[in-house]
Amino acid sequence: MNASGVVAALIPGSSHRWAHVVARNYASTRSAWFATVTGAFEPFLFLASIGIGVSVLVGDVDVDGRTYDYTTFVAPAMLASAAMNGAITEASFNTFGKLRWHRIYHSMTATPLTPTDIAVGEIVYAQLRGTLYSTIFLLAMVVLGLVESWWAVLALPAAVLIGVAFSAAGLAVVTVLRTWQDIDLIVFGQMLLFLFSATFYPLSVYPEPIQMVAQLSPLFHGANLCRDLVLGTVGWYNLINVAVLLGMTVVCSRLAARRFTSLLYK
Amino acid sequence: MDDAGLSVPVAARGLTKTFGSFRAVDDVDFQVQPGEAFGFLGPNGAGKSSTMRMIGCVSPRTAGDLTVFGLDPTRDGSTIRARLGVVPQEDALDVELNVRENLYVYGRFFDLKRSEIRRRTEELLEFTQLTERADDRVEPLSGGMKRRLTIARALINQPDLVLLDEPTTGLDPQARHLVWDRLYRLKQQGATLILTTHYMDEAEQLCDRLVVMDNGRIVDDGSPRALIDRHCTKEVVELRLAATTDLERSAGHLRRDGLEVEVLPDRILIYADDGEAALSFADGVGLRPESALIRRSTLEDVFLALTGRTLVEAG
Ligand SMILES: Nc1ncnc2c1ncn2[C@@H]1O[C@H](COP(=O)(O)OP(=O)(O)OP(=O)(O)O)[C@@H](O)[C@H]1O
Ligand SMILES: [Mg+2]
Repeated sequence: MNASGVVAALIPGSSHRWAHVVARNYASTRSAWFATVTGAFEPFLFLASIGIGVSVLVGDVDVDGRTYDYTTFVAPAMLASAAMNGAITEASFNTFGKLRWHRIYHSMTATPLTPTDIAVGEIVYAQLRGTLYSTIFLLAMVVLGLVESWWAVLALPAAVLIGVAFSAAGLAVVTVLRTWQDIDLIVFGQMLLFLFSATFYPLSVYPEPIQMVAQLSPLFHGANLCRDLVLGTVGWYNLINVAVLLGMTVVCSRLAARRFTSLLYK
Repeated sequence: MDDAGLSVPVAARGLTKTFGSFRAVDDVDFQVQPGEAFGFLGPNGAGKSSTMRMIGCVSPRTAGDLTVFGLDPTRDGSTIRARLGVVPQEDALDVELNVRENLYVYGRFFDLKRSEIRRRTEELLEFTQLTERADDRVEPLSGGMKRRLTIARALINQPDLVLLDEPTTGLDPQARHLVWDRLYRLKQQGATLILTTHYMDEAEQLCDRLVVMDNGRIVDDGSPRALIDRHCTKEVVELRLAATTDLERSAGHLRRDGLEVEVLPDRILIYADDGEAALSFADGVGLRPESALIRRSTLEDVFLALTGRTLVEAG
């Protein structure tokens, strides 16, 4: 089954034409290479600052009887967070302007493209750059000696899955926003997830009730998945991580497609 | 054109569109025949664009039946739109792309082959006289150039049915004639055209058949000639009077003598089969116009008779 087949199975009413939306977005940002390149350097800056600064202060971390230095422990979660942030930013900021002010989508709906195709195209596109960044991030981790296992190869598809799930969520949310101020809500939500998804500490550090809440966070599942893959501590629980992210992808992208349809077909 | 192309391009029965409790299109019936140029006339807010959007499968109808190429816009939107060329009332160009890319990307939305799009692009740029601006961004183009690009873009898929919502609004006379010529040629090749316009000369030039809409309803339909014959006398006398004149009172004098008279903000129109006679009649009741003009009736007069309004150009 090809990519369109998979998408069509997950999101009813989508056709292969979402690929044209991806191509259109690519054509429109070809000149924005500067932002793309600087974005790719971010992970290095991030890992370097943690490795040089925070890691020295925090020392080692014990998880399930094993000891890791802090940078090793935190890097996979940063990979997951970066995948989430990139996806949300791309999906929300870019799409919001198009939805509210430009008439690009209106000209798309005059062609065989449907609002569902447009939504799927935006989700996929938002994830393309994310995939590039995640690849660079992962390579940086390899170079800096932060990868402990061959399972880490699977951390790339895991990061892509995180990106797709959050692109879909970002796109669904952006359809209900009215002003640029509302976008701050997204940033706030991102921050909450970032801080309370066991990204900086092991889940076991939190009190029991908070542990329960943290497990509701999709980023927790993403970070947990990446961490287990990179550290080679893979277990059955990771299947739950995958299921949560997949479920989120399907639900949110269907929701986004429905919202696009009601916004564009008036 | 294939067989399906010969089925009725558009058929509407009891077609209705409401926004909340407001009826933008109110129970209209019409049929567009293959190869025909069909026009919607009507004052601002009459429901022309709303009707066009329903035909374009981007606005679900509230009630009634609508088929395009014999298909249902709700179910077969993509299939229908693959054969449509749409020029919306407001240009919706992609400002993040240049002129050529606008055509290319749009062609891809129709699954056209790259080489095919390139070939058609050059030809369309030529026709719309945008070849020299091909690599420029869209934003700084003049309004008329944007309009021409929108028209070029709508033709990239060689549509069987072209929906033109005020296609030449904002174009200079030369560009208008180019567009008319192109549309005429498209029609010759078998395409069906549906257009809205506020320009009566455009309607008379292009349309085989017209409907006049007002308040969401169709108030009459027919060929331009038939509409003129039905609603107007052969000639119209236009009297411009001094600004201080009480137009209503003057009109009253004329009406008392059995003339058909319309009062506009700046002039009085007298409908008559013999304009000269009507003019001397006006002279007889003591009207002293600053200027008087006798002309043949036009669609504009039909429009006025049917909707009680003059045309607001470039609405
Ligand atoms: N999305 C919408 N929501 C609410 N009302 C709408 C919407 N679209 C159109 N209308 C209303 O429907 C009526 C008909 O609008 P429409 O655009 O069809 O008129 P029109 O005949 O094309 O006028 P014009 O000559 O000014 O282009 C107007 O009163 C307009 O305000
Ligand atoms: Mg209109």
